[in-house]
Amino acid sequence: MKQKYTQTILIIVAAAIFYVFIKTLIFLNVLSPYWQLVLDQSLIVTIGALGLSLIYGFTGQFSLGHAAFYGIGAYTAGAISKTLGHGSLLWFIIAIVAGTLAAALIALLIGLPILRLRSDYLGIATLGFGIIVKVGMDNANKVLPVLGGATGMSGLTTVANFEIIFIFFLIAILLLKNLIYSKYGRAFISIREDEIAADAMGIDTTRYKTMAFALGCGLAGLAGSLYAHRYPFLHPSSFEFLKSFDFLLIVVLGGLGSISGTIVTAVGWAFLLEGLRFVLGEQFIDFRGVIYALILVITILMRPQGLFSGKELLFMKPPRLKTPTNREEGSHAGLRN
Amino acid sequence: MPVLEIEGLSKSFGGLRAVSNFDLALGDNEVVGLIGPNGAGKTTIFNLITGIYPATAGSINFMGKSILGTRPFKITQLGIARTFQNIRLFKECTVLDNVRTVFHPRVRYGVIDAFLHTPRYAAEEARITERSLELLKAMNLDGRAEMKATNLPYGDQRRLEIARALAGEPKVLLLDEPAAGMNPSEVGTLVELIKFIRNHFKITVLLIEHQMNVVMNVCDRLVVLDFGEIIAQGLPEEIRNNQKVLEAYLGKGVTVA
Repeated sequence: MKQKYTQTILIIVAAAIFYVFIKTLIFLNVLSPYWQLVLDQSLIVTIGALGLSLIYGFTGQFSLGHAAFYGIGAYTAGAISKTLGHGSLLWFIIAIVAGTLAAALIALLIGLPILRLRSDYLGIATLGFGIIVKVGMDNANKVLPVLGGATGMSGLTTVANFEIIFIFFLIAILLLKNLIYSKYGRAFISIREDEIAADAMGIDTTRYKTMAFALGCGLAGLAGSLYAHRYPFLHPSSFEFLKSFDFLLIVVLGGLGSISGTIVTAVGWAFLLEGLRFVLGEQFIDFRGVIYALILVITILMRPQGLFSGKELLFMKPPRLKTPTNREEGSHAGLRN
Repeated sequence: MPVLEIEGLSKSFGGLRAVSNFDLALGDNEVVGLIGPNGAGKTTIFNLITGIYPATAGSINFMGKSILGTRPFKITQLGIARTFQNIRLFKECTVLDNVRTVFHPRVRYGVIDAFLHTPRYAAEEARITERSLELLKAMNLDGRAEMKATNLPYGDQRRLEIARALAGEPKVLLLDEPAAGMNPSEVGTLVELIKFIRNHFKITVLLIEHQMNVVMNVCDRLVVLDFGEIIAQGLPEEIRNNQKVLEAYLGKGVTVA
C-alpha cells in the first residue's frame, strides 16, 4: 500500500506546480482577470462534471437533469449568503455545506422512486425533474422574493477566489478517486456492467444506485454553491436543460468511467467555449453552437469510447498489484496445488 | 436436515405453467443434476430459488428458513450463489475485480475509510485481494488477474463466472449450463473442476446441464424435468435407461440400441 501514498503525494506536488504556474501567469499579466474568471469557471464545471461521471460514467445511470442539482446548490447557497452571510467566511462555509446537502438530499428523495427505471426512461424522468426545477426557479420570487425569479438573483458577494475553488477541486478529485478504488466503487461499476449479475452477486443495487446518485448530485450542488460565490448574479437560464447537456457531453467525450477524462474534457470544454467567443467575434457568436456540435459529432465518430475510454492518467491509476504472469499451459483447473 | 428444501413449487406466467409442484431436497455436499429438454423449466427454477421471480405457490427453505420473498442480493448473501447460462461477467472490469466485487458484503470498512483510504481500508483490501487471488489460482486464472474479463477466452470466462460465484462463500452453488459452448477438452476440465469444488469447498452443487457426459460423471443423482414437472429422479444409471426420460428427450417409440 506504499504505492498509494506516493500517488497522493504526486497529485499534491502536481497541484502545487499548477498553482505556482497560474500565479506566475497572473503576476506576469499573461492571464487577464477575464481568463481567470474562465479558469475558475472551468474548475467549478469540473467539480459538477465529476458528479455526473460518478452517476453515469461509473454507475451507468443516465441522467439528463444534472444542471438542476447544480442550480439547487447555487440557489440554496446564494440565498443563504445573500440574506445572512454578506461576505463573511463562516457563512460562506455554511452556505456551501447547505448547498451541497440540499442537492444531495433532493437527489436522495427523487432517486428512490426514479432509479428503478432503466436507461432511456431514467433519462426522461431526470429531464422532467430538470424542467420542474427550471420552472420553479423562474417563479421562485412568488414564494421567496430573495430568489429573484425569472429576472435572476443579483446582489451576491463574491467570496470564493481561485485558491478556494482550487482546493475544493482537488478535494473532490482525491475523494472521488479514493471512493472509486474501494468496495463502493466496485459496487457502482458492477451495476453499470450488469445490474442483474450485480444483484445476483449480493450487491444491493438499489442502495448503491441511490448512493451514487446522491453523492454525484451533491458534487453538482457543491459546484453550484461555489458558482454562487464567484459570480454576483444567478439566472435560471444558467441551470436549464442545455447545461445538463453540457455536463453529459463532458462525461461522454472524456470517456465513461474515467476521472482523468472528465477533468481534462471539463477544463478543455470551458476554455473552448470562451475561446470560440474570441475567434468568432460578437457577430458570429451564435455559431458556437454549430461548432461545438460538430466537434461532438466528429469525436463520437472517430473515438466513440471517448478521449480516455475508461483509462486513467498516471496520477489516477488504481494501486497496482504484483501478480504472476506466467501460466502453466495445459494444467487442469483447480488441480494445481 | 437438507440444506435447501423445495416443496410444491409452482410458477405460472399468465396461462403458462412453467413449473408445477416441484419438490427437491438438497443434502450437504451433494451434487445434483437438473436435466430436461429445452423449455422444461430448469432455469425458471434457478430464478425462483434466487428470488428473481416470485413463486406462484410452494415453499423454499434454505438452512431451515423460508427465503420466499427475500430480495435476490439477500439470498446471495445468505449463501446461494449462481452462474448464468449466457455468461454475465462484469466485462470491462479486470478478472480480479470481478471476484473482489463479490466480497463486498464481507469487507469491513465504511464510507469514511473508503474516502480517506485509512489503514483499515488498506488492511481489508489486502485481505480480500489475497483471498481473490487464491480463488483465481484454484481456477487457474491467476495469471490473467489483470486482464479485462471480456478479453478472456470462452472457457476461462465460464470458469471466472464460477470463481466469482464462489467468492460469495456460498453453501449452495447453482450452475446453469456451465459446459454450454465448450469443446470436449474444456468439458473434461470442467468435470474435474466441479469435482474439485465439491471436495475442496464442501458445498452443495445444483447443476443444469445438457451434456450427458458431464451429468453422468459428476452428479450423485439426477432430477428430470419436462413441461415443468418432475418425470423421473434417481441415480445417473437409472435415469440413463428410464423410458419416460428417453421419450421426453427423443419422442415416443424410440429404442436405444
